[in-house]
Amino acid sequence: MKLEINNFSFSYNSSLIFNEMNFKIESKITALIGPNAAGKSTLLKCIAGVLDPKGTIIFDGKNVKSFEKKDLIRLRSYLPQESKITGSLTVFEILLLGMANSLFWKVNEADLEAVSNVLKYLGIEDLALRSINELSGGQKQMVFIAQSLIRDPKLLLMDEPTNGLDLKYQLELFELIQKITLEKGMTTIIALHDLNLAARFADNIVVMSKGEIYASGSPSSVLTQKTIESVYGINARISIDEDGVPWIKPINSIKNKGSVAKNLF
Amino acid sequence: MKSANRETYNAIIKQKSLYLICFAIAVFLAFLTDIAVGSSSLSVYDVFSTIISPHLNNPNTNIIVWDFRLPKALMAIIVGASLAVAGAEVQTILDNPLASPYTLGISAAAGFGAALAVVFGLGTIPFAGSILVSINAFIFSFISFSIICLIAKIKNASKEIMILTGVSLLFLFQALISLLEYLATDEQLQKIVFWLFGSFENSSWSTVLICFVIFIVIVPLLAIDSWKLTALKLGDEKAKSLGINVEKLRLKVIICVTILTASAVCFVGTIGFVGLVPPHIARILTGEDQRYFIPLSALLGSLFLSLASIGGKIVCHKGVFPIGIATSMIGVPFFLSLIIMKRSESF
Repeated sequence: MKLEINNFSFSYNSSLIFNEMNFKIESKITALIGPNAAGKSTLLKCIAGVLDPKGTIIFDGKNVKSFEKKDLIRLRSYLPQESKITGSLTVFEILLLGMANSLFWKVNEADLEAVSNVLKYLGIEDLALRSINELSGGQKQMVFIAQSLIRDPKLLLMDEPTNGLDLKYQLELFELIQKITLEKGMTTIIALHDLNLAARFADNIVVMSKGEIYASGSPSSVLTQKTIESVYGINARISIDEDGVPWIKPINSIKNKGSVAKNLF
Repeated sequence: MKSANRETYNAIIKQKSLYLICFAIAVFLAFLTDIAVGSSSLSVYDVFSTIISPHLNNPNTNIIVWDFRLPKALMAIIVGASLAVAGAEVQTILDNPLASPYTLGISAAAGFGAALAVVFGLGTIPFAGSILVSINAFIFSFISFSIICLIAKIKNASKEIMILTGVSLLFLFQALISLLEYLATDEQLQKIVFWLFGSFENSSWSTVLICFVIFIVIVPLLAIDSWKLTALKLGDEKAKSLGINVEKLRLKVIICVTILTASAVCFVGTIGFVGLVPPHIARILTGEDQRYFIPLSALLGSLFLSLASIGGKIVCHKGVFPIGIATSMIGVPFFLSLIIMKRSESF
C-alpha cells in the first residue's frame, strides 16, 4: 500500500505540532524515530483518524475523505502507546471489541470466526477465555496486536509497541510484526525510541525533529552520525554489522546542544 | 451443530446469563416481600394471589396491595434500576469507579430545585401546584446537566472536565441547599430534610407509569450502543480509531443518565449509593460487557432498593423510615467490604 501525506498541519490548542508536512511511504515496515516531542505520536494519531489534521492523506492514490467510514475503519488499525484495559474482559471479548463499531447485540458467526482465526494465526487460542488482567505484559501486547489484526487492515500503526517489555519479548514482538507485515501484505508504521530495533527491523526510517521530517530512507542511509548528533544532540558511534545493519552506540550528550538536559531540568 | 467458535463464546456468556436469571428471580421475590411487609402483615402467597387475581381475594387485602403497597414496591424496583443504570453508565463514560449521578451534581441540583419549591414556592413552571417540587427537581437536574454539557463542549467532552464540573456543581448545589435550609421555617426544613432523605411514600400509579415509560425508552437507547460503550474501556484513542465518535457517545449517555436520574429523584428524593454500589457488584460478576453489565446493574439496583425498603419497614414498623438512610446504612458497610476485599480490577 502506498501512503501519501500532503500539507499536513496540526496544532494542539495554539501550539503548532507540525506545519505543511509532506512525505510518502511505500515500504513494508517504516520506523518513525526522533526525540521526545518530535511529533511522532501525533503524526500516527492523525494518520489513524484519532486526530483531525489539516491536509490530505492519500491511500493508494485515493483521498481518505472519499472512503466510506466502514471501509476506512477496516483499512487502518492503530495500537496506542499505552494500550490498557480498565476493567475485566476476556481475551476473546477484547478481540471482538476490535469490531465494536459494527457488532450487533447477538454476535454473528462471521465475527466469531474472525476472532478465532486471529487467535489461531498468532497461536494464542489458549488465552481466549483468560481475563486480560491475568496476562503478562508481553501476552497483553500480543492480544492488542491480535485485536489490531481482526479487521485484516492494510495499514498498521503502532506507537511504541515495545514499551515495558523485556529484551526477549521486544525481539519476539518485532519478529512477529515483520512476519505479519509480509504475510498479510500490510504497510506498518511504528513510532520507536530504540534506534537499533528500528535499524534491524524497518525497511524505511523516517526521522522526525521538531515537527518536521528531518530525513527519510533506508536504515543505513538515514542513521548517520550527523543525523544522530543533529536530531538527538548526542555523540554516537555507528558501525555496520555482518548483516549490513547499522548499530548505534550512544557515547555522550552534547552539552552545548543539550536540549534533552534543558528539557529535563 | 454449534461451531467451536460459538462454543467458546457461549462459555463466556453462559455464566453472565445465569447471573441475570438468578438476580431476576431475587428481584421478584424481594418485590413480593416488599409488598407483604408493612403495618398489616400479609403473606407472600396472599400478595402473589392478589396480584394475579384481585377479584378472588379479600377486598381489604386488594386495597392494601393495589392502592398502597404495589405502587411503592414498583417504584422501588424502577427507581433502583434507573439509578443503578445511570450510575453504571456514568462510571463507564467517565472511566471512574467513584462516579455516579451524584458526582455530576445531578442529584444535588434536583435537591436544590425541590428545596426551592418548598421554601419559596418558586417553580420554573407557574401554577404547577402540588407537583411543583417534582417538576422543580427535574428541571434543576437538567440545568446541572446543561452546564456540564456546555463546559464539556468547549473542552471536547473530556472525562476530567466533566468530573471537575460535576463535582463543582455538587458543592455549589449543596451549599445552596444549606442556604435554603438556613432560611426555611421549621416546617419547611422538615419537608426539605425528608425529601433529601428519599421516600416512596408519595408514590402513586401515575409516578410509577412516568418512571417506567422513561426507563423503557432510555435503557434501549443505551443498550444499542453496548459494544461502543464497552470499547471505551480500551481508552478514548483506541475507541476513536475503531470509528467510535467518543464525544458524541459521551454526550448521548449523559443526556440519558440525566433523564433517568431526574425522573427517579424528582418523585422519591435523593437516594444515596444506588448509583454506586450495584454497578460495582455487577462489574465484578459480569465484567465490562455492557450487554450484561447494564441489565445486571438494573437488577441489582432494584434488589438493593427493594431490600432497603423492606429493611426500613422492619426497623420502623408503624412509621415511615427514610429510604435514603436505609440505602446508606446497607450501602456503606457493603461498599467498604468490597474495597477491602478488592476483588475487582476497577478499584
